[in-house]
Amino acid sequence: MYNKGIIVAGLAVFIVLATFPFWYNLGKAAPAPERILTAQAKAAKECILSAELMRTEHMQMLNDWRDMVVRDGTRLYVGSSGKKFEMSLSNTCMECHSNKAEFCDRCHNYAAVTPYCWDCHIDNPKETK
Amino acid sequence: MKRSRRSFLKIAGISALGIGSKPILNAFSASAPQGDTPQPAVMRKPEALTAKHWAMVIDTTKFKSRDDFKPIIEACHSIHNVPELKNKNHEIKWIWEEGYKHAFPTLENPYFEEKVKDLPFLVLCNHCENPPCVRACPTKATFKRESDGIVLMDFHRCIGCRFCMAACPYGARSFNFRDPRPFIKEEKINLKFPRRTKGVVEKCNFCAERLAVGQLPACVEAANGAIIFGDLADPDSDVRKLVSTNYTIRRKLSLGTSPSVYYIV
Ligand code: SF4
Ligand code: SF4
Repeated sequence: MYNKGIIVAGLAVFIVLATFPFWYNLGKAAPAPERILTAQAKAAKECILSAELMRTEHMQMLNDWRDMVVRDGTRLYVGSSGKKFEMSLSNTCMECHSNKAEFCDRCHNYAAVTPYCWDCHIDNPKETK
Repeated sequence: MKRSRRSFLKIAGISALGIGSKPILNAFSASAPQGDTPQPAVMRKPEALTAKHWAMVIDTTKFKSRDDFKPIIEACHSIHNVPELKNKNHEIKWIWEEGYKHAFPTLENPYFEEKVKDLPFLVLCNHCENPPCVRACPTKATFKRESDGIVLMDFHRCIGCRFCMAACPYGARSFNFRDPRPFIKEEKINLKFPRRTKGVVEKCNFCAERLAVGQLPACVEAANGAIIFGDLADPDSDVRKLVSTNYTIRRKLSLGTSPSVYYIV
């Protein structure tokens, strides 16, 4: 074999470089962002579904809401406790969670997702730019 | 977790049947397992205006000049965040003015004076009974709401292919060639209604979002009685009485789309 030493050394360097991000970040995963509620959201206590469900299912829920509102014109949601909500991202969700940067963006950034809801749905009626 | 997700979808399925939903939803919740937490429900707002066939009658005799159109167009366009683009090729229109010869080309005769040919008419999507735009749309973004006949768009689903624009014989649809957001005046923006993005088609929605909360369409409110809106399927409605006792015309009837917008001339 020719140049065995160089090849092995090269391979070793390559493996170290390729796996560098993994062991470099080992044990220091970025902590999940803390949930920040507006005073209004805190006071409301109750959301559409339980906090756990909202955390994992809100995207599916918004998808279902969209079809119900756009296709069937059913715009009123009555939660299991009887509380009524208008089914609207801009007018209900963002009305209460008006701190988009803290409430939505931090988690979406952490999860590296970039939903484009707010391209159309005015992000925050309360907060003026 | 699984259960409430499933019941959510069930409710979606039931409401998709286009029922007035309340009685069925009641029965549905009554049959839900007792002793459990009550299931969430989805329904129309009680104040919503409903009809079997929404239609519009535009009484052109009540318009004195084209200036009367301006507040009507303005009302619609500002409520729906329609951008103002100066370039004619990029223009977005939900309701606009058209000369007689373009609005009613099938009702022309060669001896009409220029004045008659240019008579201004207010035009918008006709919410056709047999809408070619719906058949053309490959994604079902454009659909006819079976419950009340409104031809609606789900902007989320529109892929911007513009088949519908080619299919609509009335030019009722506009394409967002540019990002519309910078062209909506800050002071005019309606925070309650979404905007659209580049690459999406849009058109008049008969103010479905206003009907849902018990309000008449914005143009009807702004027209001081010159535009009448109601349920054509109801023999006692104003629109039905107007179309049965007045001479009315509709646009390009020979194409078989059967518009729901009638003009008293
Ligand atoms: S006027 Fe055009 S866009 Fe409106 S329903 Fe008829 S074909 Fe469709
Ligand atoms: S442009 Fe949008 S609404 Fe029109 S046919 Fe294509 S997908 Fe459907």
